[in-house]
Amino acid sequence: MLFSEAMSTGFFNLAPLVVLFPGIGLLFNMVFGGRLPEKVVGWVASLAVGAAFVISILLAVSLSAIHGHAEIVSVTEWMSIGSLHLDWAFRVDTLSVAMMLMVSGVGTLIHIYAIGYMHEDVRFKGDPTRFQRFFVFMNLFIAMMMILVSGDNYLMLFVGWEGVGLCSFLLIGFWYDLDILGRPSLENAKAANKAFIANRIGDFGFLIASFLIFTYLGSLQFDLVFAEVEHVAQPVILTITLFMLLGVVGKSAQIPLFVWLPDAMAGPTPVSALIHAATMVTAGVYLVARSAPLYGTVPAAQEIVALIGAVTALFAATIAVAQYDIKRVLAYSTISQLGFMVAAVGMGAYAAGMFHLVMHAFFKALLFLSAGSVILGIERGYHAMSHGKKGHGFHHTDDEVFNPNDMRNMGGLKDRMPVTFWVYLAGTLALAGIPPFAGFWSKDEILLDASLHYPVVYWLLTAAAFMTAFYMGRQVWLVFFGKSRHEAAEKAEESPRIITAPLVILAGLSVLGGVLNLPHFHTLGHWLEYTLGELRISEFSWLMAGQATLIALFAIFLAWLLYGRREQAANEPDALKKLLGPAFVVFEHMYWIDEGYAAVFINRYKDLARFLAEVIDGRFWHDWLHDSVLAAGFGKLARFLADPVDLGLIDGIANGLADLTQWVASRLRRFQNGFVRSYALSVLLGVVLILGYLLFR
Amino acid sequence: MNFFLEPLTLLTFFPLLGVLALLFLKPEWRSAHRWTALVTSLITFGLSLWVLDQFNAASGDLQLISRRPWISVAGWDIQYYLAVDGLSILLVLLTTFLMPLSILSTWTAVEERVKDFMIFFLLLEVGMTGVFLAQDLFLFYIFWEFTLIPMYFLIGIWGGARRIYAAVKFFLYTMAGSVLMLLAILWLGVYQGTFSLPGLIDRGGIPGDIQMWLFLAFAAAFAIKVPMWPLHSWLPDAHVEAPTSGSVILAGVLLKMGAYGFLRFNLPLFPEASVRAAPWVAALAVVGILYGAIVSFAQKDVKKLVAYSSVSHLGFVMLGLFALNPQGIQGGILQMVNHGISTGALFLLVGMIYERRHTRDLEAFGGLWKVMPLYGTLTLIVALSSMGLPGLNGFVGEFTILLGAFGSQAIGSYWFAGLAAVGVILAAVYMLTMFQKMFLGPVDKDENKKLLDLNWREILILVPLLVFIFWIGLYPKPFFDLMAPAVEKLLVGF
Repeated sequence: MLFSEAMSTGFFNLAPLVVLFPGIGLLFNMVFGGRLPEKVVGWVASLAVGAAFVISILLAVSLSAIHGHAEIVSVTEWMSIGSLHLDWAFRVDTLSVAMMLMVSGVGTLIHIYAIGYMHEDVRFKGDPTRFQRFFVFMNLFIAMMMILVSGDNYLMLFVGWEGVGLCSFLLIGFWYDLDILGRPSLENAKAANKAFIANRIGDFGFLIASFLIFTYLGSLQFDLVFAEVEHVAQPVILTITLFMLLGVVGKSAQIPLFVWLPDAMAGPTPVSALIHAATMVTAGVYLVARSAPLYGTVPAAQEIVALIGAVTALFAATIAVAQYDIKRVLAYSTISQLGFMVAAVGMGAYAAGMFHLVMHAFFKALLFLSAGSVILGIERGYHAMSHGKKGHGFHHTDDEVFNPNDMRNMGGLKDRMPVTFWVYLAGTLALAGIPPFAGFWSKDEILLDASLHYPVVYWLLTAAAFMTAFYMGRQVWLVFFGKSRHEAAEKAEESPRIITAPLVILAGLSVLGGVLNLPHFHTLGHWLEYTLGELRISEFSWLMAGQATLIALFAIFLAWLLYGRREQAANEPDALKKLLGPAFVVFEHMYWIDEGYAAVFINRYKDLARFLAEVIDGRFWHDWLHDSVLAAGFGKLARFLADPVDLGLIDGIANGLADLTQWVASRLRRFQNGFVRSYALSVLLGVVLILGYLLFR
Repeated sequence: MNFFLEPLTLLTFFPLLGVLALLFLKPEWRSAHRWTALVTSLITFGLSLWVLDQFNAASGDLQLISRRPWISVAGWDIQYYLAVDGLSILLVLLTTFLMPLSILSTWTAVEERVKDFMIFFLLLEVGMTGVFLAQDLFLFYIFWEFTLIPMYFLIGIWGGARRIYAAVKFFLYTMAGSVLMLLAILWLGVYQGTFSLPGLIDRGGIPGDIQMWLFLAFAAAFAIKVPMWPLHSWLPDAHVEAPTSGSVILAGVLLKMGAYGFLRFNLPLFPEASVRAAPWVAALAVVGILYGAIVSFAQKDVKKLVAYSSVSHLGFVMLGLFALNPQGIQGGILQMVNHGISTGALFLLVGMIYERRHTRDLEAFGGLWKVMPLYGTLTLIVALSSMGLPGLNGFVGEFTILLGAFGSQAIGSYWFAGLAAVGVILAAVYMLTMFQKMFLGPVDKDENKKLLDLNWREILILVPLLVFIFWIGLYPKPFFDLMAPAVEKLLVGF
């Protein structure tokens, strides 16, 4: 295609390539990856995602040339039964392209980072052959996410929806034979299953919603569905949106299905970044935004969504303040931030929600990846340490397993890992909502909208924002400032450039990302309006912004009081624990939700399964009913007929018959020689006779 | 045309040529028996493709008819009557497709009495193909009962420790159901004056109450075969004891005969009774879906786990068929094919690890993905297909079935499909648990440390199945197109 020609007709026909490129990348690496050097495998995978990013840019350009009208690119018919018609069709509109840009853009950076990260990780964990496998799964993840955001009907969206669920299973369980500390264990595999099954529970809601949509709105294709909305009774739409919400809370890790996300960091750090920031968890937010015409007609559903988001935001933030694992803090932070987004789209503030989604993708990817850099730095220090000890003839006998993720082992990394420190700081300020960093603008828009329309949501989110700034402040002080609390932290080393380069780019985005949707301009908001119709955009308020900033600064100040002013010693209890006491323990143990679920649901299900299998199916159905009643009863009947009836009454007649039978039997015995081939032969003869009869009669 | 060269007759009875050849081979020439059976089944598969080539997908009528008057004693009109249409073509292809793969799977697994084994196997193929093609009730009954005999011997001779118990139970259970069907067939033949299925459908006019009795009599035979809950008790026993190839055919084809029976006979012959029975069948189907899935989860024997998962999957098929709308029935037929492919593949995979470890106890494995990476990956794909991951075959079937059942007037309530959809969650639970116990975690048993990954023969067996897992998942259109007109024609009666 000539470039000029493409400019006039648009690059829309290239849309399938956003899925195809990562697909080609994964096939290439699957087939040839084993024989190629790591660098090639990693770069092929990264370029595949990069190519998808380029296509996304071309799509965005074409889209703005035609003023944001949605373009549908149909590849082929998928299934067509009765009134059900589904195509493999790509939808290029401003919403999907915004998601594509974010997924492939951040995804590319994560891939490049992973080349460096996985090079070390597979060696620390002792299985370099898994390098190839990692990039195959990563490309699959991107491909699935692209299907999710670009599909033109609910079912294609669902393909990506479950596809990313699968990929999270594969990647969370990447070290399926280890636990999070690298010891042989089933723990990581369990985390993987947990993620898949929690997602499946959500998917059940999605399925029911799609059945309802098809039954009442007659189609699953977006435009056709949305055109029908006004002809359908409100309770139906409410039911649809609530079932869909179950899908959203599963995928976007909201109450009550959020439990899988904290465990998801069992995967290598780039995976955490990919799952928590750019892909997967944002899918729920995207689904609500995509289904805006449905949610828009039922205020009750909107309120429920907004409340769930706001409560989750605060709830997860309280847990985050009491965690010691650097990634676990970020994981709960993700749940909390997703709560902000879900609350926003629930309130109908789609622009603010999507804005925060993109900003969060920047700074949370940055934070996770820099946390990974910190962990690698500590691991390097640990290896240097144990090496040094061996070199000096030291016998190394510490039984306790070293946890490189534990912030209690860190401290003072600012000077030893300066690049990581500065980018981490940028991410922190963005997440805490300090102006002019990215998160400030997007979070402010959400708070502003909430304050105008949903006061309860506003207060919940403000409290969550306060906590956010606090736990990030705590983290920065514990990790980067003060004295090192472990020898490994003293010997920590900065990461190589292939790791830090993507961090610097992401840091830049976290600092400047806000320009995407500055007050008064609302670039992103207006861009999304092409797809979502006229959006409610609240005008900037100095009062709100100032208030939010003061709250965040105050929280950071508190964190400094507790963790910065006086250094934590190595074995000292957490400063906040001294202050909060039992409440801290509750937060630290995540309100014992996992244990509660295990006691109430999981163990009960196991009991039920065992009961049905052993008692009902085994003892009752199989042993008693079949063997004791049916089989044994038949036996008794036979004996009854044989003994009193047969011996007494029929024997006389039978004796005569028996003689006859014996005579016949002795004739027949020669046929019944026990050789199966003879039986088979007689069967064959029978068949031949029948056929012969047919033919010659 | 020469009788034996009519496509369907040739297709049905071709395996007998292999049987004939085998009879002339000495018992100790085991290789020759294997190759003879394999080549025979491959040619049969080729013949089925030739049939497909002549099949007109645009028509919903019976095609490629092979028909002769057969027995006309005492006014009975029994015909030799084979024909194919959109309801059966895929099942015929599934049968001939699974045969060579199953035979390949016995290559090293069956070492004793190979000749007899292959003879029974090929005879089984004749019976199964005949069941799917017969259009005369009497002929159908003969093929139906005939399949029992080779399967009985396959389980009873080449099975596991409790093979005799399992074989007898299998035989008696199925027989018990068939007796009622035979009575119903005789009633139809005598009172309606013909045994020809199209003839009976054209004539119609069976009064409502009698329809119900006849429906139930046929259903007795078919429901045991499917098996529908609570008549499933024979299935786990039969599967656990049967040799791998037997399980593949049992799950892949024999169970489908039950569901196919409902589709071919109950629905068109007794439409009023079918509508009345629909909610009841749907209820049993849903119980089966959930019960099978929950009981699967508690199993310690992999094969038993897969066997119970069949109860769950066949529940989906039945739910779809009795939705009595295009989505439900087409989904149901496709799901029969899907189940044949996915569960067939699962049994093959279980057989492969059994050959290496001589155990199927879930607790005996752990961490196999590391030792046998290819085996692990392929098992994962098949497991995902079985639990209905979108993009793979199982999803297309389950989704269309649930969609059909959800909006079905005959079933009449959202609850059935809604509860059935819970089965989708439960399927993930038992399949992922199985995968976790076998393949994930550290390799902590010494016996597992030196296992060899799949060999070329095993890869060759699995690849065709995987092709269909992806093909049907991504582009099911050709499969739906084959059945659409016939289903439409069937639904005219409702």
